[in-house]
Amino acid sequence: MLTGDAQKFYGLLFGIGFSTLLITQQMTIFVNLVERGASGVYNAPEAEVWVMDPVSRTTDVSYAMPGTALDRVRSVEGVEWAVPHLRAVANVRTADGDLEGVAVIGVDDSTLIGLPERMAKGDKSVMFAPDSVVIDDTGTTRFFPPEQDPIGERLELNDQRAVIRGIADSIPSFTSTVVLYTRYSNALKFVPGTRNRLSFVLVGVSEGQTPQEVAARIEAETGLKAQTRDEFSQAGVNFIIENTGIPTNFGITVFLGFVVGVAIVGLTFSLFLRDNIKQFGALKAIGVTNSKIVQMVAAQAGMVGIIGYALGVVGTVAFIKGFSANPFFKGFYIPWQIPLISLAAVVVILAITGLIAIRSVLNTEPASVFR
Amino acid sequence: MDTTKIGGCAPEAAICARGISRDFEAGQTTIRVLHDINTDIRPGEMTYVVGESGSGKTTLISIMCGILWPTEGEVKVFGTDIYKLSDTELVKFRLNNIGFIFQQYNLIPSIDVASNAAVPLIAQGMPREEARERAKVLLDKLNIGNQADKLPRQLSGGQQQRVAIARALVHEPRLVVCDEPTAALDASSGRRVMDLLREVAVAPDRACIIVTHDNRIFDLADRIIVLEDGRITHDGKEMPDDH
Repeated sequence: MLTGDAQKFYGLLFGIGFSTLLITQQMTIFVNLVERGASGVYNAPEAEVWVMDPVSRTTDVSYAMPGTALDRVRSVEGVEWAVPHLRAVANVRTADGDLEGVAVIGVDDSTLIGLPERMAKGDKSVMFAPDSVVIDDTGTTRFFPPEQDPIGERLELNDQRAVIRGIADSIPSFTSTVVLYTRYSNALKFVPGTRNRLSFVLVGVSEGQTPQEVAARIEAETGLKAQTRDEFSQAGVNFIIENTGIPTNFGITVFLGFVVGVAIVGLTFSLFLRDNIKQFGALKAIGVTNSKIVQMVAAQAGMVGIIGYALGVVGTVAFIKGFSANPFFKGFYIPWQIPLISLAAVVVILAITGLIAIRSVLNTEPASVFR
Repeated sequence: MDTTKIGGCAPEAAICARGISRDFEAGQTTIRVLHDINTDIRPGEMTYVVGESGSGKTTLISIMCGILWPTEGEVKVFGTDIYKLSDTELVKFRLNNIGFIFQQYNLIPSIDVASNAAVPLIAQGMPREEARERAKVLLDKLNIGNQADKLPRQLSGGQQQRVAIARALVHEPRLVVCDEPTAALDASSGRRVMDLLREVAVAPDRACIIVTHDNRIFDLADRIIVLEDGRITHDGKEMPDDH
């Protein structure tokens, strides 16, 4: 019946598809955005344990430790290696004279641990050149026009000379701040001095040890805070959730997507059933049972739901793919749980609207077909 | 013997209605639209129920075919006291014994003609394809076999009414109930539909009851029951002279 009424059929498809798109797309952006709170951890994949001052909370909210912390960590049993890691903010004067805040990350001088795994351009060895910095791809689009190759460009970083010698293929930070990677010794030079400069100690654990065991041992023996990679990345995510209005904003949008779905689908469904009430009455008069009619309506609702849901998910995939070249959306993916949540929302929308709408059909007397 | 006068039902009666009254509530007022109707409908006849709008003919036919409960009285259809059946039994009884033809056809717009005609068989549990094949045989008999794969909206009004006739007869019911079957058709189409209905719906073991006020087709009736203000005022082969 439903496919015979093109307007209502497409109305229902639109309602379901739009709701699915809104719910899936907004939840996808939300999840990927809050995961940016852990981008600093993801960008240093070798580190199994992060050691920091006890008051530090995330890669971006940290309190520097004295340099001796590195040796204390190295002395703990189960620590295979430990390297210094510096994270600080600095200012860059751009070529057209603008001031731009950047994050400077100092990675280990010899092993380069702390540098993202892949380079978008250039080789990791460029880090050993004088005044060398590697910029992330957010920075290339922020500082340079598309036609300009950033490699070899000089930057005025905190009033000192820095030369871009490579582009890191990294996950952007939550604030999309431009990130400059350099060696630890260079970073100390670029960033204004304070007594303590060491933001983190990155640790690899010995064979046969678990990161949890080693982290616990480091905390016990040094009094510093040590978290495994998973714990620390989760802390970054939690910090975003707890300290920003993002969950509320996205939550409201997702809720509105649900409400819009209920409104459009409910209204269209009710109109469809009301317009076909004579047909349903005729079926009841002929001898079709209420349960069969419910099955018919459920089958049609299910068909519309599946098509609308598929359109919504495909729309979200197209959106994510379409914007994948934009640095803000770099690395965005759709976690498998989100389409399932959207599917549950669609089922709930159809169940609520279907139950409300079908009451009129079930209450229709067969005799009404003769009136 | 006229059994309606003494209250019993003739054994051969397709429908035996005794003491039928029906009230409707209108706000605080109760309106009686049928008053103590006693009549039998016989198989092998095309019986018309005629009357002005509001005379109670639709109410009477609804009660006779088991879709509207009478306030008083009893109705036996082929010997079964239908209002003593449970709801489920009554639905099943209608499905197996009664075919319906509606004024506006009430075909399902999104399924093809063959599937529309096969609805009662599918509802009875017959596999869809088998039911469609059975329906196509009947559609052929009704001269619209070549339209079987079309949607109802692609057919003329007369053709749609033929599909409705096929749907009413496909499961070989013993009682066929028609509500204003020619009201939406022009005179010639209406006449053709009624000729066809007489040809396929009237059989020695089948009763056909038609509600109409279309005087163009009165001459095709075997029997005409006239209702006025909820009472039978005439029951005969032809319309009374004053109508």
